[in-house]
Amino acid sequence: MAVAEQKTSPQASQEQGQTWHGIIQQTLKRNEIRLVPYVPDRVLTTLIKSLHADPYFTTFPTAREEEAVGIISGAWMGGMKGAVLMQTSGFATLANVLASLAVPYQIPLIMFVSERGTLGEFNYGQSLVCRTMRPVLDSLAVEHHTATRLDEFEFIVDRSIKQAITTQAPVALILSPLLTGGKVFDK
Amino acid sequence: MNAQAKPPARNTKVMNRFDLTSRLVAKLENEEAVIGGIGNTNFDLWAAGHRPQNFYMLGSMGLAFPIALGVALAQPKRRVFALEGDGSLLMQLGSLSTIAMLAPKNLTMVVMDNGIYQITGAQPTPAAAMTDIVAIAIASGIASSAWAADEEDFERLVEQSMSASGPTLIGVRIDDKPGTGTTRRDPVQIRERFMHGMGVRQLL
Repeated sequence: MAVAEQKTSPQASQEQGQTWHGIIQQTLKRNEIRLVPYVPDRVLTTLIKSLHADPYFTTFPTAREEEAVGIISGAWMGGMKGAVLMQTSGFATLANVLASLAVPYQIPLIMFVSERGTLGEFNYGQSLVCRTMRPVLDSLAVEHHTATRLDEFEFIVDRSIKQAITTQAPVALILSPLLTGGKVFDK
Repeated sequence: MNAQAKPPARNTKVMNRFDLTSRLVAKLENEEAVIGGIGNTNFDLWAAGHRPQNFYMLGSMGLAFPIALGVALAQPKRRVFALEGDGSLLMQLGSLSTIAMLAPKNLTMVVMDNGIYQITGAQPTPAAAMTDIVAIAIASGIASSAWAADEEDFERLVEQSMSASGPTLIGVRIDDKPGTGTTRRDPVQIRERFMHGMGVRQLL
């Protein structure tokens, strides 16, 4: 783990002028996570484009988030690592698949959730959906972290991925508007 | 099931899930993966004789095809079968578009269509009287989709799929019988044995 400690030193990311999406891309690669299905989100646009442009990744849209969870679960059992990208309202569709597949079968499901519904939300429904997310995660005792700072981000992502895989347990990495800028009202 | 309201001109025999599953399993000689959907579909897969390459779902209705797609992407040289009920597939029709887009040639999907939610009391699905699931699959972009006319035709379609250039979907009309056995509901053991069957893990 000495290598991981070097690469996740808190200062490293800021010194290199990195972006949060660049950190996700590099950290996925370093942890050999190739399969990245997603249901898109405005905030995730740059990350999704970068993953599509990088031949290392197999990345594609799915019709529903739980479909992506199914794909990742099958791929894990077949020896291929993956992660799912979604937004908050997409996470809200996952309680059943978390409780009946990812958690009981011990699948290291890695979720990146772009957080909507807080810190400047303009759609009341989105803010309500957002409030369901952490209680669902907590009710299943699923590890989750809310990333707010770029200088901590690589550490959180890298360690969380490694923990998910070694403990065979799902993890949700919630990307706060404090990290990403979020989505603001633009008509 | 309202047989009279079924779409006309579907010249397909009503078969039996356990019989068809047994016929499929009997053809497997190359450690092919088989994903059994929730309920009766995986009960009959279990009853057809446990293999380490079988994965049994104990929930997450509708995800047999997505799970099979994941296995197929991870192991492109291995043939992957997915067995799913019609009611389950209705939960996740969008997955047919994803599979059509990615077009894995090592994926064979079987839809066991009895038009009912057998396990919950045999209530008809909304699709039972009106919807042609194979037509949906074709319209979703899975060109190699067909109803099996009878058991022999099913076996022919299974064999054909093994050398297909894209994913295959086989629709089978089945009777209203429940599953033959009951899968042992131990999710970690199921997953660990399956990973062993996939050559990913060694059993301790």
